[in-house]
Amino acid sequence: MNRYPLWMYFSILALLVAAALYTLPNFFGESPAVQVSSARATVKVDAAMQTRAEALVKAAGLTPDATLFEQGSVKLRFKDTEAQLKAKDALQAALGDDYVVALNLLPQTPTWLTRIGAKPMSLGLDLRGGVHFLLEVDMRAAVDKALEKTAGDIRRELKDKKVRYGRVVRERDTVEVQLRDAATVDAAGSAIRKLLPTLQVQDVKDANNFKIVVSYNDAGLLQLKDQAVKQNITTLHNRVNELGVAEPIIQQQGQGRIVVELPGIQDTAKAKDILGRTATLEVRLVEDDQAKLSEALNGNVPAGFELLNERGRDGEPRPILVKKEVELTGENINDAQAGFDDKNEAAVHINLDSTGAAIFRDLTHDNIGKRMAMILVEKGKGEVVTAPVIRGEIGGGRVQISGAMGVAEANDTALLLRAGSLAAPMNIVEERTIGPSLGKENIEKGFHSTLYGFLAIAVFMLIYYRLFGVVSALALGANLLLLLAALSILGVTLTLPGIAAIALTLGMAIDSNVLINERVREELRNGMSPQAAITNGYKHAMDTILDSNVTTLIAGLALLIFGSGAVRGFAWVHCLGILTSFISAVLVSRGIINLIYGYRRRLTALSIGQVWVPDGHKA
Amino acid sequence: MEFFRIKRDIPFMSYGRLTTAISLVTFVIAVFFLIFKGLNFGVEFTGGTVMELRYAKAVELTQIRHEVDALKYGEAQVQALGTTRDVMVRLPNIKTKTSAQLSNEVIDTLKKNRPDVELRKVEFIGPSVGDELVSHGLTAITLVCVGIMIYLAIRFEWRFAVSAIIANMHDVVIILGFFAFFQWEFTLTVLAAVLAVLGYSVNESVVVFDRIRENFRKPQMRGKTVPEIIDNAITATMSRTIITHGSTEAMVLSMLVFGGPALHGFATALTIGILFGIYSSVLVASPLLLMFGVTRENMIKPVAVKEEAVV
Repeated sequence: MNRYPLWMYFSILALLVAAALYTLPNFFGESPAVQVSSARATVKVDAAMQTRAEALVKAAGLTPDATLFEQGSVKLRFKDTEAQLKAKDALQAALGDDYVVALNLLPQTPTWLTRIGAKPMSLGLDLRGGVHFLLEVDMRAAVDKALEKTAGDIRRELKDKKVRYGRVVRERDTVEVQLRDAATVDAAGSAIRKLLPTLQVQDVKDANNFKIVVSYNDAGLLQLKDQAVKQNITTLHNRVNELGVAEPIIQQQGQGRIVVELPGIQDTAKAKDILGRTATLEVRLVEDDQAKLSEALNGNVPAGFELLNERGRDGEPRPILVKKEVELTGENINDAQAGFDDKNEAAVHINLDSTGAAIFRDLTHDNIGKRMAMILVEKGKGEVVTAPVIRGEIGGGRVQISGAMGVAEANDTALLLRAGSLAAPMNIVEERTIGPSLGKENIEKGFHSTLYGFLAIAVFMLIYYRLFGVVSALALGANLLLLLAALSILGVTLTLPGIAAIALTLGMAIDSNVLINERVREELRNGMSPQAAITNGYKHAMDTILDSNVTTLIAGLALLIFGSGAVRGFAWVHCLGILTSFISAVLVSRGIINLIYGYRRRLTALSIGQVWVPDGHKA
Repeated sequence: MEFFRIKRDIPFMSYGRLTTAISLVTFVIAVFFLIFKGLNFGVEFTGGTVMELRYAKAVELTQIRHEVDALKYGEAQVQALGTTRDVMVRLPNIKTKTSAQLSNEVIDTLKKNRPDVELRKVEFIGPSVGDELVSHGLTAITLVCVGIMIYLAIRFEWRFAVSAIIANMHDVVIILGFFAFFQWEFTLTVLAAVLAVLGYSVNESVVVFDRIRENFRKPQMRGKTVPEIIDNAITATMSRTIITHGSTEAMVLSMLVFGGPALHGFATALTIGILFGIYSSVLVASPLLLMFGVTRENMIKPVAVKEEAVV
């Protein structure tokens, strides 16, 4: 009766062997690697790049240990960091700006393990070092910006359709177009409705107030916010790529938040600087009327204008009055490169897309002799980089900004413009920087506490329950193996709280074994035969184990649903651990016990430590 | 070897009044400290910037404190982190400065005097995140309680569910009371530990309840009174309770000793939670069960229970 069918033993064995296989990759460590991926959307990294990169590295006199192509990037593995650095330089020089060449660490998992899908657990930032940011998108600014752009579109459309209009202004959540009479309201209304079919357009025809009010409806507003987050994520991706980080994580969290994790990055200050900046370019017209400028300087800025500072050549800012209407934004930029202008001064060369080129051509055509301001907007503050006089129409979409800029500054500006503009500014609401040495220590400490705790429990079980204790310790070991395998297969990111959860799970999992052993002792005490004691002990303990595991699982699931960050890492391991401990306590320990005792015909005693029977208790 | 050689069932229930009184007193004390001293919330909840620094050689805290105070960032805390070389600096949020600027300024200032300082970790939490964490934490606790109660009510009976949850909340409040009394930092990982205790301690009550149910159904227990049956169940599971908790405690202590500062709060909360978990499941949950008037009929044929007044 204490026997499993043969297939059962084999299934348990197969399960443990599989678990061991999938745990194995965690022990191979990591080796230095170089990763090549695309720097922009138009450039694709494909399998051809693998052979090309290999050839390039070989030309530099280096042989990679392995090359692989996965998820849009080519990775080359090297023996030591020296070869890795050399290879990076060689690749960077040959491939140019279109590709990101980053240093990375690749797991040294043997290929036969990789082939069956076994991979090591990924380590969280607290274990490998790096930077974590939680950014919050300023939604109000996103809406404002979209409305400003809508106002610009309406102006251009009405001008094109030759509808005479008064002022086009943004009023909080709407754009208002002032018109002269009912006829123009109708004409403008139909033009606007055709241009912006998704927006709410409301005609107002009062006695002496003719206007059109354009606004977003609720669904449109939601979509707008969603798009703002999506665009910011794309932009962040581009910027992070420029930084050359190997495996960045950029994800939306909640409605308006973005998580950025940059593992293993060394220069955190630079990362923060690049990520946090919200530079976008705006082209607006300059008002050179001295009367208006002096009025503005006296603190009385005329409506529709804004007083900004212009970077002077001597570094002193000069006030300049510009119109509020934005003619062109960074959204229409295809490419930006740092370079020099014809006077050999640092400059940024900008290439506009077709819409941008058309807008720019019209703008320069209509405003010959006036000045236009190139404004770099960072964190909501605009600064005029240069304000040249328009000498003639400029077609072809090639624009050059030069002025008071150094080479480094031109490089940074080009990078930010190239990486795209943010739909809305973002604030860092949470930030965590963990040095790589601290990460290593955390792994060590977590590992040691688990190891010593495990040993203490195993030794105690062995002394107290003898052979049954050995089986319990083995079951606990199987539990650890199953848990690590499950974590590796599911690709759960291991964090320090996760390691704590592994330790805690083991400490709690012993409960099932103790329950079983105590029950078996009790059955013996009540005078049962050894075989019957095993059967009944396991059977009775089962109910209790089930109940107590379910209640613990409820707590674990709540943590998983409502926890964030550190708590979630803990909860994942905790929940998985409860499941694996159930399997190991019920199947594995029973399997071993069956194997040991189930085939003995004349079993007189169990090695479960001393079973004390009170006097006169025995029936 | 066997630790527990108990000849007769220990009459736990006759001490019921005493143990309940003790629990009530500890509970009230814990609540008192929670209200009047409050929890020392970690930076995750309050917002602010935390820096962990390591010096190559031992360092005087007072000197660092002095230098940080000179920067005038408001109420800054400087603490040692286990050794004389590891230091934690905690700064409040400042509107005009980003955390990057803040931490850079601090490290620059400290480097002037002691160039051997290394910045090991920076953590910055904005003010809005903290409120969210508190509300999520409370939701999680409520959800855990409701989920466990529903499960126990289905598997056992409502009296069991209510007693278990009261015994549990008692544990949680006492852990929080300890954290309030000693002003230990209450961080996110401590919250995780508290929630884990909630699940763990219910587990404990469930083991005893399971036995009580089993005893009610046993023919040889038919002549016994309800308190006798509960006493027998507790005595029978006593050995297992001590051994299991001892093992878990061994693991947790190992974390407390070897885990370093990052796991310290977590391990502390669990240590307290496990100790009180044993106590409460034996001496709080079961007397409550008796107080709610559990009878053999409740367990044997689960008919609709009349809502009797609590005796």
